[in-house]
Amino acid sequence: MKNSFKSNIPSSEITSRTLFESRRRWMQGGVASLAAMAISPASAKPRDERNFPVKFESKKSEFSTGEELTTYSDVTRYNNFYEFGTGKEDPFEQAHRLKTDGWTIQIIGEVHRPQRLDIDQLLRLAPLQERIYRLRCVEAWSMVIPWIGFPLSKLLDAVRPTGNARYVEFISLHDPEQMPGQRGASLDWPYKEGLRLDEAMNPLTLLTLGLYGEVLPNQNGAPVRIVVPWKYGFKSAKSIVTIKLTEKKPATSWNLANPREYGFYSNVNPHVSHPRWSQRKERRIGEFLKRDTEMFNGYSKWVAGLYRDLDLSKHY
Amino acid sequence: MGELTANPIEFISQFTGWWTLFSLLLTLCVTPIRYLFSLPVVFPLRRTFGLITFVYATIHFLTWLVLDQFFDWTEIALDLSKRPFIYIGFVAFAGLFILALTSTNRAKVVLGSLRWRRLHKSIYLIAILGVTHFFILVKRDVWEPLMFAAVLFVLLGYRLFLQLSNGRR
Repeated sequence: MKNSFKSNIPSSEITSRTLFESRRRWMQGGVASLAAMAISPASAKPRDERNFPVKFESKKSEFSTGEELTTYSDVTRYNNFYEFGTGKEDPFEQAHRLKTDGWTIQIIGEVHRPQRLDIDQLLRLAPLQERIYRLRCVEAWSMVIPWIGFPLSKLLDAVRPTGNARYVEFISLHDPEQMPGQRGASLDWPYKEGLRLDEAMNPLTLLTLGLYGEVLPNQNGAPVRIVVPWKYGFKSAKSIVTIKLTEKKPATSWNLANPREYGFYSNVNPHVSHPRWSQRKERRIGEFLKRDTEMFNGYSKWVAGLYRDLDLSKHY
Repeated sequence: MGELTANPIEFISQFTGWWTLFSLLLTLCVTPIRYLFSLPVVFPLRRTFGLITFVYATIHFLTWLVLDQFFDWTEIALDLSKRPFIYIGFVAFAGLFILALTSTNRAKVVLGSLRWRRLHKSIYLIAILGVTHFFILVKRDVWEPLMFAAVLFVLLGYRLFLQLSNGRR
């Protein structure tokens, strides 16, 4: 696939002045590639009242849903990201403290080629695609979000997992200076999540660098996160610094916090109720009436096979 | 809608829930203030605050019933039977409902002062249920429920202390 992260409209026509200027600063800093521009720290600051400054031409993915998108404002203002506080708007208000420039991500553990990559190197691994996914939170609300990224499998292929690798662990940044929510003990920091290797290799599992055709805002997990659309939102680790391939099932933050309520798998499943939320229905943000929740969040076709041998009421 | 966050129903629910607990604790403050500061004039506020509590609780309850569940009786029945914070909240609301119904002077006469007072002492239990309801429903951010619990602890502790010291006399 061709790199779809390119604009065919002169950016001067549609880029807001503030963004244009911040891009100027960025380029003056010596970074010139379009891909690098797309991860400009200018977007790290929460910005709400604006139209999307750049629309990237992007190839439609077969995995994208045609459902109506949740507004940019809701996607970036209503977040569970406990690193920045437990309130839904805390991430929007606090995430500007996160510095995403110079970010690297290390891939270690059961791999033949452990390495440390910066965002530029990451972007060179595979062409970016737009994936419009449903996001289902364990709290029974949902969104439809146009992510930009590429399958995590491309990264895993590049590091060549050893024969022992069975799980993939994701570790988020731990820095209470930048993430004030980590000063409290709402969770055991750093945030840790994990997938089975075959789940991680599934083409739906997206290594995500963008949102709505532009760089990922900090409150959505900048500069790099995972999106696993058939699982509850908290399985999709944000602001990742380490990816570790392991032989044993990794401990995960929410499971450690409350194993009865948050299992390792946490597949979206309307038939298995959470102690506090029935999972039969969900409220799509922006809608009044609840809608029925679909098995695997509507992604059964691609993922049901992964769990053929599992009793999902036990392995919730 | 923008003012009420991306999820206005959740917002209304949390907002009214918070004010229910706040006014309930305020109601429980009246008696200690009356005695500690010898201010019998505050006494009528107990009923006022109590009824304000009931109004918030009613909106809170209706938010769940109408806005959240939208009369989905299957879901409501499941919620009530399976989710502790829902049935605890429901029992607390039912209690408040009875206290509001019997809050009139006439009810006091009909019930008789002693029975009326006994009945209305259930506000202590309702307060405990209310704070518990809040405590269970939050995910990990227990700071606010803890504050409510601490205040309730002091207010109930004061009454226990009075009771014990009166008993000794």
